[in-house]
Amino acid sequence: MEKAIEVENLVTHYGDREILKNISFSIPKGSITVILGGSGCGKSTLLKHLIGLLKPTSGRIIIKGNDITKMNEDQMNEIRKKMGILFQGAALLNSMTILDNVALPLHEHTKLKESTIEIMVRMKLDLVGLSGFDSFYPSQLSGGMKKRAGLARALALDPEMLFFDEPSAGLDPVTAAGLDELIIKLNKVFRMTIIVVTHELPSVFKIADYVIMLDKGYVIFSGTLNELKTSDNPRIRMFLERQPEEEKYSPDDYFKVIAGE
Amino acid sequence: MPSESKNIVEVIGSKTKPIKISIHNISCIINDIFYWTFISPFKGFPIRFKACVNEMVKAGYNSVPIISVISFFIGVILAFQAAYQLKKVGALIYVANLVGVSLTRELGPIITAIIVSGRSGSAYAAEIGSMKAAEEIDALISMGINPVRFIVVPKLIALMVMVPALTIFSDLIGIFGGFVLSTTILEIHPSNYFQQTINALLVKDILTGLMKAWAFGVVITIVGVYQGFMVKGGAEEVGRRTTSAVVASIFLVIVSDLFFTALFYYFT
Repeated sequence: MEKAIEVENLVTHYGDREILKNISFSIPKGSITVILGGSGCGKSTLLKHLIGLLKPTSGRIIIKGNDITKMNEDQMNEIRKKMGILFQGAALLNSMTILDNVALPLHEHTKLKESTIEIMVRMKLDLVGLSGFDSFYPSQLSGGMKKRAGLARALALDPEMLFFDEPSAGLDPVTAAGLDELIIKLNKVFRMTIIVVTHELPSVFKIADYVIMLDKGYVIFSGTLNELKTSDNPRIRMFLERQPEEEKYSPDDYFKVIAGE
Repeated sequence: MPSESKNIVEVIGSKTKPIKISIHNISCIINDIFYWTFISPFKGFPIRFKACVNEMVKAGYNSVPIISVISFFIGVILAFQAAYQLKKVGALIYVANLVGVSLTRELGPIITAIIVSGRSGSAYAAEIGSMKAAEEIDALISMGINPVRFIVVPKLIALMVMVPALTIFSDLIGIFGGFVLSTTILEIHPSNYFQQTINALLVKDILTGLMKAWAFGVVITIVGVYQGFMVKGGAEEVGRRTTSAVVASIFLVIVSDLFFTALFYYFT
């Protein structure tokens, strides 16, 4: 299995609080990897480290044979040109039209002619099913359309790796399923390495080839989707069967907690 | 109140650490702003000219009406106040000197800077703050686009050009306000007033005023942008940061005014 990203002994802090606690895993190339975990387990933090927005306390993140945690801004920007990222709220620039938003990476990183850029943008918009919306502003689009526009922008430079932060958050089941289909299509047609951070189980079962599960800052599982389904780790079973967390306190302890003792 | 387990060194440390962090953040932002404005254009990262013009229209052209009205009134008020004292000694014609010199040296730049702080300084903090809250800044970084170059440099250039330009405009309108009052209510002959103003004004007065205005533009941009970039939470913090951007930029405009006035007093 060829690896797209390797993470070794990653430790990160937010202030004094340790978020990721010495985690190691690797992400296979050309497949859809889902980073799964409950709220607050550190999965969004992990994503921000993978795309170089945050620097870890210690540990290495190896992409294409280079440790990105040791790179300067210029070297990192070279790597970033090969990455596309769809943020949770799409993060389109509100002051620009959809066309300008999608054209932005092309304007900044290529010397293509304006007319060529426009054709490329329309191709990307068509790919995500947003033909004809080029002159709209982000505020005029629905949540699902914004995400697709954000995806078109992430695809602008034909990235090798595509990251999704909670793609189905805030979308209705039909729109979310449409986005899942799109993710599968991008993987199958363009052989892109896709990394999705989510906690939506239906989406995981539909798209994932490979799953990494985080819990309280530790990697508790990494393997294929079938291995995840047959795992007997109690934390994983709890997650997959949607069981609530057991009560933390006995009544006496609870009394002490609320009394502030 | 410090808990018993903390000794005096720890208390001092915990109080001064946030100050150290903000000084570090401010210096990083100032460093970035000047690098991307003055050095990187020579290294193949051109300035976004269109965005600069856009910002100039927003910060400069759009504030022309408010600046003209306020400057006109200030000119009239100054003429009234000067006449109140000068008519006692029968030197009404010196109203022209007082209005001209105080506007070009002091009031023109400061009125303009205060209006621009309120309009653009707050807008910069709010714009960048909400971009930060909506992950737009992260998106720019992840596309390999430096947010300072993309967002801040056009704003800085706009204010470096527009605050002096608005100051010239404010000087002219203010002097016109004084002229209108003097020639009507104070019954000074228009050509006398005009001649007196020309005689009273030195090129130095106007130039020092414009240099101050340039510095105010830089101060307003840095404060607004810094407050915007410091937003970490959501909408509520954007509001708080916008308020402090206005307060801090007006305060720092006055402080730098004091500095430059003292400097020009001794060295010109």
